[in-house]
Amino acid sequence: MITIIISILIALGILVFAFLWQTTLSGITRKIVGRYQKRYGPRFYQNFRDIFKALSKRGITHGWVYSFGVIMAVGGIMATVMFLPLFGIVPFPGVDNFFIYVYLFAVGMLGMAMSAVGSGNPLAGIGVMRALTQMVGYEVPFMIVVLAMIYGHGTSSLSELAAIQQTSGFLSWNLVKMPIGTIVGFICLLGMLGKKPFETFIAPAEIASGPMVEYGGKQLGMLMIMHELATFIEISLFVNLFLGGATPIVFGETTVLVGLSSVVGFLLKYSIVYIVSALISNALGRFKIDQVIKYFYKVPIVLAIIQALIVVFLGWGV
Amino acid sequence: MSKKERAVAKRKKKWDGISNFFRANSIWMLMYCTGCCAIELPQAMTSKYDMERLGMGPMATPRQADVILVTGYLSVKTLRRVIYAYEQMGEPKYLVAFGPCTINGGIYYDAHPVIKSLDQYLPIDVYIAGCMPKPEAVMNGFQDLIDMIKRKEANGWRKYQENKEWYRENQIHALGELRIKDEFHE
Repeated sequence: MITIIISILIALGILVFAFLWQTTLSGITRKIVGRYQKRYGPRFYQNFRDIFKALSKRGITHGWVYSFGVIMAVGGIMATVMFLPLFGIVPFPGVDNFFIYVYLFAVGMLGMAMSAVGSGNPLAGIGVMRALTQMVGYEVPFMIVVLAMIYGHGTSSLSELAAIQQTSGFLSWNLVKMPIGTIVGFICLLGMLGKKPFETFIAPAEIASGPMVEYGGKQLGMLMIMHELATFIEISLFVNLFLGGATPIVFGETTVLVGLSSVVGFLLKYSIVYIVSALISNALGRFKIDQVIKYFYKVPIVLAIIQALIVVFLGWGV
Repeated sequence: MSKKERAVAKRKKKWDGISNFFRANSIWMLMYCTGCCAIELPQAMTSKYDMERLGMGPMATPRQADVILVTGYLSVKTLRRVIYAYEQMGEPKYLVAFGPCTINGGIYYDAHPVIKSLDQYLPIDVYIAGCMPKPEAVMNGFQDLIDMIKRKEANGWRKYQENKEWYRENQIHALGELRIKDEFHE
């Protein structure tokens, strides 16, 4: 009983940390992007202001499917974050299989899709259709790479996959062992985050921000919280799968120091991945939806199959 | 007013004070760019004046926006759309009017399809002077709006709620008919 309570407390701690960290980081990234465009940029806590302002506004509803779908979206994503291992701490030991995240994540996404379609706006319908089409595009190459990795390492537990990469320093990262797979993973990460070459389903100037077109006030605030948490899940998965998770940057005898430096190492990798993806997003234009699918089924899928063949038949990267 | 009502009002006032801090520092705009004043907005938004440092940003739809910018003259046809957009926005909502065309018609003072005075039809929080207003004036106007929200003086949306019959009468007088409805659920 006590272990379950401790697990739930750890999970709630991870949830709060994920929200605070990702919201702060996206504020800092807005500042960096501002400097990138020769602007001054907003305060680093601007995203908190935006979220709390949206929550303080008066919301409207388009029926119970619309309202319930938002709660389902936020709840599904919050549940996914609570299962996520952070800094090598697993909240529910034994329940950190990679496929849990894939399926729980889909609950949140489908909740949002249901709610957006329930609003009845045709632009929301187009946005949801594009988001699901794009999902078909990036899921296939990503899954091929991850399944090859699971085959190679012989485990599908996320914390074990991260621990395997921490055995012999930098050289045991999947970035070094499976470089082609890491490239595929990063391209698919851009697709998951909805960053700019693959921003088709948001497209503010084209379909008026797609699924979000009818949201305002409280529902929009909840969806912004959901967006920050979903970003946290996606980037954490990438860092844990390809960049070795929470690797220490200081080596030595002191356990506390090594532990703290592994926290710093994880957050550093996380920040670099997020900021690089934001900079790429601000340097590129937007694909059309058919170009997105053609691209994903042409370049990343071929690279993913090559990587899978290398892992399965040559045994490199195991 | 009973004791309970006074307590509720006091609590509401306190909550409004907290949320006005967030509202003042995070203003999302809906740009209704029909007139020529709209050409000053890109400079106010990009690297020269950088509106984002005040927490302002463009939004795609009326539902998401806090402030609607009416940039210049309004014909009868566009007034209808502005009213529909304004009705769709979530409260609290603000309206910023650019140039003399929204005050008295400006250079269109004798044009028959152009409405002369916008505040007969919708409540206006801030006017920005100039034909067209320079980007400095635009930024100054937004700073004024932020200060007004902080001082709880940007009450156009409350005025609109309280005097809805009067506004509606004027709107119908200008437009003939006005159908405020939920187009997606009928």
